[in-house]
Amino acid sequence: MLDRALKGSKGYWTLVIILLGFIGAGSLAYLHQFNNGLGVTGMSRDVSWGFYISQFTFLVGVAASAVMLVIPYYLHNFKKFGRIVILGEFLAIASVTMCMTFIFVDMGQPMRIMNVILFPTPNSILFWDATVLNGYLFLNLVIGWATLHAEKKGVPPPAWSKPLIYLSIPWAVSIHTVTAFLYAGLPGRHFWLTAILAVRFLASAFAGGPALLILLALILRKYTKFDAGKEPIQAVAKIVAYAMCANVFLIGLEFFTAFYSNIPSHMHAFEFLYAHGNLVPLMWTSTILALLSLILIVPPKMRGNETILMWACIAIFISLWIDKGFGLVIGGFVPTPFDTVTEYWPTLTETTITLGVWALGFLVLTVLYKVAISVREELGTSGPPK
Amino acid sequence: MSIDRRKFLKIAGLSGIGLGLSAADSLVKGKAHASEESSLPESGVRLALVIDIGKIRTDEDYKRITDACHSIHNVPSIPNTKHEVKWIWTDNYEHTFPDQTNEFIPHEMKEKRFLLLCNHCAKPPCVRVCPTKATFKRPDGIVAQDPHRCIGCRFCMAACPYGSRSFNWVDPRKYLDMNKTNPDYPTRTMGVVEKCTLCVERLARGLEPACVEVSNGAIVFGNLADPGSNVRKILSTHYTIIRKPAVGTQPSVFYVIGGGENAG
Repeated sequence: MLDRALKGSKGYWTLVIILLGFIGAGSLAYLHQFNNGLGVTGMSRDVSWGFYISQFTFLVGVAASAVMLVIPYYLHNFKKFGRIVILGEFLAIASVTMCMTFIFVDMGQPMRIMNVILFPTPNSILFWDATVLNGYLFLNLVIGWATLHAEKKGVPPPAWSKPLIYLSIPWAVSIHTVTAFLYAGLPGRHFWLTAILAVRFLASAFAGGPALLILLALILRKYTKFDAGKEPIQAVAKIVAYAMCANVFLIGLEFFTAFYSNIPSHMHAFEFLYAHGNLVPLMWTSTILALLSLILIVPPKMRGNETILMWACIAIFISLWIDKGFGLVIGGFVPTPFDTVTEYWPTLTETTITLGVWALGFLVLTVLYKVAISVREELGTSGPPK
Repeated sequence: MSIDRRKFLKIAGLSGIGLGLSAADSLVKGKAHASEESSLPESGVRLALVIDIGKIRTDEDYKRITDACHSIHNVPSIPNTKHEVKWIWTDNYEHTFPDQTNEFIPHEMKEKRFLLLCNHCAKPPCVRVCPTKATFKRPDGIVAQDPHRCIGCRFCMAACPYGSRSFNWVDPRKYLDMNKTNPDYPTRTMGVVEKCTLCVERLARGLEPACVEVSNGAIVFGNLADPGSNVRKILSTHYTIIRKPAVGTQPSVFYVIGGGENAG
């Protein structure tokens, strides 16, 4: 089926070439980093994780969100998700690819990456994160490919795929839970030392990932012959609305615990992020967009209007990207173990590499979506559902 | 046999109290057990440092100690503080003991510098999180680092509550006078984490850690697991504090706090 990625319209090839351009720029920037060390980034002795790890954290959420389509479709027999569930699974593949690449570009000694496998260390959460991410990539590749192949042949998906699909549900939860555990178990990092971190990760994932999926579905409808249909999009929108409410509520809980307890170490990170650090404008943008998105997506009448829904999804995606893809990791390192403040801002090299990794993810996504849509075009099932 | 409501409540109440008491009893026992739990290893060795802050007075005293460590271990001096590599360094009371300070501490304590280094914790979080066992705890309690196995993920830096780990953000050899390096100790490459190793290479030759040797008695080195050791003698006769006791890592570096009477 992959051959379908080699035949496409002018628009398709333009997109592929643009993405390849970004990947090329990112690769050159990475070569510079590889030769000169991670000192070319904005990271430091105090803020030892930065943009790469925060992007990885955010994208694990996007990957995990596929389960929000898999559960209704396979567990509750919600047939309307039949044509978009594959979009979720392929989005998960692209996201996990980006996650792994971000971990790779963050390593000081990338040539030694196999040490994680050669010396398996069960007491390290990073070992488990590598395990669940690889497993999730494998599950989605196999499931997505098998179901699409069956669809092409006009037969039901193979029987062996069912247990894998059921396994993929708790597995999706596990990838984001384990990623939260990378942070949540560290002594002396008060911003992360919260039992609801994994839940917060899941709530933000189930809002941000499906919001991106809605945007992708709207883009596909505009530029390709594939139409996911109004009803499935509305159903996903409802999931986004609930998850975003939960996410905002959970952040509120963190504020209460920190400020009502009045324990300085618990308040410091919030004060840095929202009152006197260099991330203040970004964090307030995230907060305002989150609240605005709730006004746009919670009332059914607003959500029902696809233009308003589109803006709500854009607001949610940007809000969560700032919160998870920037504030969470940086907020955890500032203040430092010495109660001092070391600011962090990504450098041009770091930003170029980051853009390159995102472009790589979008290239994987473009190719996979191209295959899925071509198959449906041939079958004549790409139009709007009746 | 009937039982009236009054009687029933009486019995229920009493048994409730009884249950409560037994629960409280077991709780207290459990607590007592937890605090008595020994951090001393089965190996019978837990190496430790006791730093008498009253005995280190001048800037030269501090410099002699930090220079001794950094020169024999080929630690580069990188001017950009963001890329610094530090095995042993100094900072003020507030930064060293951020959660043990109050605004009314003696003036000399506020002005005082403290030596900071890896605490060689009994329960080191950096060892717990390392995905390749590049950071590991030796039977003698030293938290060691194998730079050849380190993949540079910097998880240990996120986990250390004491900021005791350095990463080679840039090529450290560019900041070393390669003609003046110690040939008996390796220089590092960029992309790996490093830290104080309590001079394992000197201990193997029967020497004390370098900082101890040049401290003129201000830093005492010994085995915590040996009740007769010099470190245990000081700890049992002087008031000492450790950094961030609340995080439960059980540091093996102790600070003698006493001001005047311990000085000299």
